[in-house]
Amino acid sequence: MKSTGLFSRTLLVAGLVFLYVPILSMIVFSFNNSRLVTVWDSANSPTLKWYGALVSNEQILGAAWLSIQIAVVAATGAVVLGTLAGVALVRFGAFRGRALLAGMTTAPLVMPEVITGLSLLLLFVACEQTIGWPKGGGAVTITLAHITFCMAYVTVVVQSRLVGFDESLEEAAMDLGARPATVFFRITLPLIVPALVSGWLLAFTLSWDDLVISQFVAGPGSSTLPMVIFSKVRLGVSPDVNALATIMVLIVASGIVVSSIWMRYQNKRRERDMRLAQVSNL
Amino acid sequence: MVWLIVLFLIPFIIVFKISFAEVQLAMPPYTPLFEWLNGKLVAVKLNFSNYHYLFTDALYVSSYLYSLKVAAVSTFLCLLLGYPMAYSIARSSPATRNVLLMLIVLPFWTSFLLRVYAWIGLLKSNGVINNVLMGLGIIHEPLTMLQTDFAVYIGIVYSYLPFMILPLYSNLEKHDLTLIEAAADLGARPFTAFRRITLPQSMPGIIAGSLLVFIPAVGEYVIPSLLGRTDQLMIGRVLSDEFFQNRDWPVASSVAIFMLALLVVPIMLFQRFEKRTLEAAK
Repeated sequence: MKSTGLFSRTLLVAGLVFLYVPILSMIVFSFNNSRLVTVWDSANSPTLKWYGALVSNEQILGAAWLSIQIAVVAATGAVVLGTLAGVALVRFGAFRGRALLAGMTTAPLVMPEVITGLSLLLLFVACEQTIGWPKGGGAVTITLAHITFCMAYVTVVVQSRLVGFDESLEEAAMDLGARPATVFFRITLPLIVPALVSGWLLAFTLSWDDLVISQFVAGPGSSTLPMVIFSKVRLGVSPDVNALATIMVLIVASGIVVSSIWMRYQNKRRERDMRLAQVSNL
Repeated sequence: MVWLIVLFLIPFIIVFKISFAEVQLAMPPYTPLFEWLNGKLVAVKLNFSNYHYLFTDALYVSSYLYSLKVAAVSTFLCLLLGYPMAYSIARSSPATRNVLLMLIVLPFWTSFLLRVYAWIGLLKSNGVINNVLMGLGIIHEPLTMLQTDFAVYIGIVYSYLPFMILPLYSNLEKHDLTLIEAAADLGARPFTAFRRITLPQSMPGIIAGSLLVFIPAVGEYVIPSLLGRTDQLMIGRVLSDEFFQNRDWPVASSVAIFMLALLVVPIMLFQRFEKRTLEAAK
């Protein structure tokens, strides 16, 4: 037992190093003065000049703003649709078409992005021909595409949360005369809020990060941030991308810390409520 | 109750429509290039010629095979690294466990594109790894690592490692450790106990994790474009080149359909496993 433990522990550490070294190297070199990115110019570094260059880069700022808008709308839409699908799958037993819905919600999770992108684009083109909407590609088509693939992730998150909790609460509310809508909004929804929050964050990140699907469905003129980065990076490493990456890593890391603290707080509060309820039952 | 059914049926229909359209539209019969003028019959004829083209042109065959090879090798490497990591996470104390899981998932939230980009800086001939190795006097000529199969394997393993670790972890965590103790009491050596007890029990996790890595890796576009060889393309790249550069939508679609056909079996396997774990959780 000892030897396997040591072996897998070493690999765990190695794996974590493997995961973090690239990110750290990116952060370090974002403060490098040299244009040659990976050659450390010790005379003039560290410097913030690439951050300065970034702030004055209209193209990157515009793309980032577009990406944020798309990600917010797409994540919200995905949470609404994904929750409904998740609840339907878990609570409605074997309804007609259940297998179909289940299959459709998990398929985008594993589908190669090029296929999803291509098929969505062909759908949009066909729609444009038949009903004249949406006109060309752009923010609208990107958002619709993002909702479609993010929804699958939200459904899975909501589903696993719903499977975990006690159905008797809903039944009790029904017995007390609550209508299904009331039950959903007063009981089910508050109970799955943590899942909704993490689903929203997940969807936001996926949408913010997506390159391939956006590239397919975007028309000329609307480029999201990953599309701009990709076209820059294809030509080789560039130091301001390092600076951009550093900022994004910082935002994500602090976002995760804040959300995990919030989750912990929520859990504590729920435990306290439970205990209070038990005490008052006595 | 009726109200609820209506509420869930509508998004269900939307999902149904979107997914149905995906499947339908990805098919060559919907070739927009020709559909404007003619009915479906012409398109169907064209459709076969596309597939014929696909099988006779060495480019497509070799990139399919190459994609499968890359995906298989990367999945195997991912498993090799991910299994011990998941194993030692599952065997640590609950508090450490959460921190470690957080560390595994954290890079996943930062931009995928930027993480792949970070490897360019590490791997290129005047990159960090070469500089360090030459500085230490281990090598005297820079190693060529970028634009090789090796770089693609690294990129895929790096990007998909969390997808391998998480299903493995959730499986390994549930194991009954008394079985191992019993085996040890009966005189089994640690390795034998692992091979005869832990490994067979973790098969569902291994399969789920491998499929989660393998399926998207086959269609991977970003990683091979940034890190991979220029003389041997992967199929995702072929598809998008066909689409964006040659503007040959019918061929692009048939490439997609054929890729899907290759992946149908693994995708269905994955869904079956997913369903089984959900039911087991109930």
